[in-house]
Amino acid sequence: MSIKVLIPTPLQKFTNNQATVECAGNTIVELLESLDGQCPGIKARLCDEQGDLRRFVNFYVNSEDIRFLDGKETSLADGDEVSIVPAVAGG
Amino acid sequence: MTQAIDKLQTNLSTQPAFTALRCRECGETYELGAKHVCEDVCFGPLEVIYDYDLIRQRVSRASIEAGPKSIWRYKDFLPVANDPIDVGTGMTPLLKANRLARRLGLKSLYIKNDAVNMPTLSFKDRVVSIALTRARELGFTTVSCASTGNLANSTAAIAAHAGLDCCVFIPSDLEAGKVLGTLIYAPTVMAVKGNYDQVNRLCSEVANTHGWGFVNINLRPYYSEGSKTLGYEVAEQLGWKLPDHIVAPLASGSLFTKIYKGFQEFVKTGLVEDKAVRFSGAQAEGCSPISQAFKEGRDFVSPVKPNTIAKSIAIGNPADGIYALDIARKTNGNIEDVTDAEIVDGIKLLAETEGIFTETAGGTTIAVLKKLVEAGKIDPDETTVAYITGNGLKTQEAVQGYIGEPLTIEPKLDSFERALERARTLERLDWQQVLV
Repeated sequence: MSIKVLIPTPLQKFTNNQATVECAGNTIVELLESLDGQCPGIKARLCDEQGDLRRFVNFYVNSEDIRFLDGKETSLADGDEVSIVPAVAGG
Repeated sequence: MTQAIDKLQTNLSTQPAFTALRCRECGETYELGAKHVCEDVCFGPLEVIYDYDLIRQRVSRASIEAGPKSIWRYKDFLPVANDPIDVGTGMTPLLKANRLARRLGLKSLYIKNDAVNMPTLSFKDRVVSIALTRARELGFTTVSCASTGNLANSTAAIAAHAGLDCCVFIPSDLEAGKVLGTLIYAPTVMAVKGNYDQVNRLCSEVANTHGWGFVNINLRPYYSEGSKTLGYEVAEQLGWKLPDHIVAPLASGSLFTKIYKGFQEFVKTGLVEDKAVRFSGAQAEGCSPISQAFKEGRDFVSPVKPNTIAKSIAIGNPADGIYALDIARKTNGNIEDVTDAEIVDGIKLLAETEGIFTETAGGTTIAVLKKLVEAGKIDPDETTVAYITGNGLKTQEAVQGYIGEPLTIEPKLDSFERALERARTLERLDWQQVLV
């Protein structure tokens, strides 16, 4: 199973400056574990102390905001693309 | 020695008063670069901070009044270090709206009319003037934005004036006037098959890979400060006084929060007396995530998928929504939404009573103003300012079919007389379609 994760610039210091990382996981929660395994420390930036996704980070699965899906329990399939985008933009 | 002292004094008098970027959530500070989120801690929004003691020493009512007739009269409060790109933006009319006030049952109503802001007829020229000045200072040669239309117009126009390369991203279903009003300045225009929120996400991804200055992404802390001038100007134009109540449209929520910051800064630097100002926000029912949160008593904003004619404020995932909520609540204001039909009525009402043709965002603001007055949520005695942020000529589709047709006549006096008589005797809706 392979899921392509798009990494925003501010987090590319955890990914050797790579803009995409291939990960595995059946849900966003599992994906984050997989991502943190490859890029230690990245999960702490994306989740707060309780393990919830930080409110200023948006996750999209194949362009759909996971808040329109099942949030961090949104299920993932082989070939999906997950985009991580800081929420603070626009206007 | 004297020369050295002179030089020191010159440095002090020209040293910019903006000092750092700071996270609005956790307080972490950053250098003044092209950066918009708190990347070391919590991803919260970064905001420009200032040395207010320095500003207080520098500015007075008289020094501002002697400045240029543009937003740059407030340069000490803005995050630019060098000569600004001055395209005459700002100092738009603050109109005493007596006829609209009477119609609504208010005693002291003003319209801040950014439908005639220069150069592209919306408030966006304020924020873009700041963003592109700062972009140039930070060494960018290409500027870009994600836009619902007005921002694209403004970025393309001011980039043309400044000689910067420009690439803008818009949703592909925008009003024709807004697309044309961007293309004319010859930028690269990407019409994205999706809504604004999708355009915005794409741009965040593009910003990761191209070294461009995105006015509302990596330049956002500077860009958004431009909206403070809507607060400064109203205070100055009211005779260095704050109003009692303001009503403004809510898209991302940024404008609303920056008007608030503008008022606070004028108080902090002694330019106006402190006073409670109520802040009320306006959304279209078809895209009302902030209004919904306000009504349900929530302190978080759930994203929605926009479906409204008010495209310029159709942001389903508003970045500053929570701050707008907070300001409306703590100032004892309200956030309300109105239907598309009410928005059209709002556009017509403002045009018929005050001679101002606004776009859908302005129609939303006027319709919400009316709704709040009718609900007793605006006191008739309050000095109220409604912010009109864009021009109706850009969104003609929104009112077509609701404003009648001309009376077509022969070039003969009797044909005119017959038509005039019909016009006077028939109900307006009856004669609209009549060929005399």
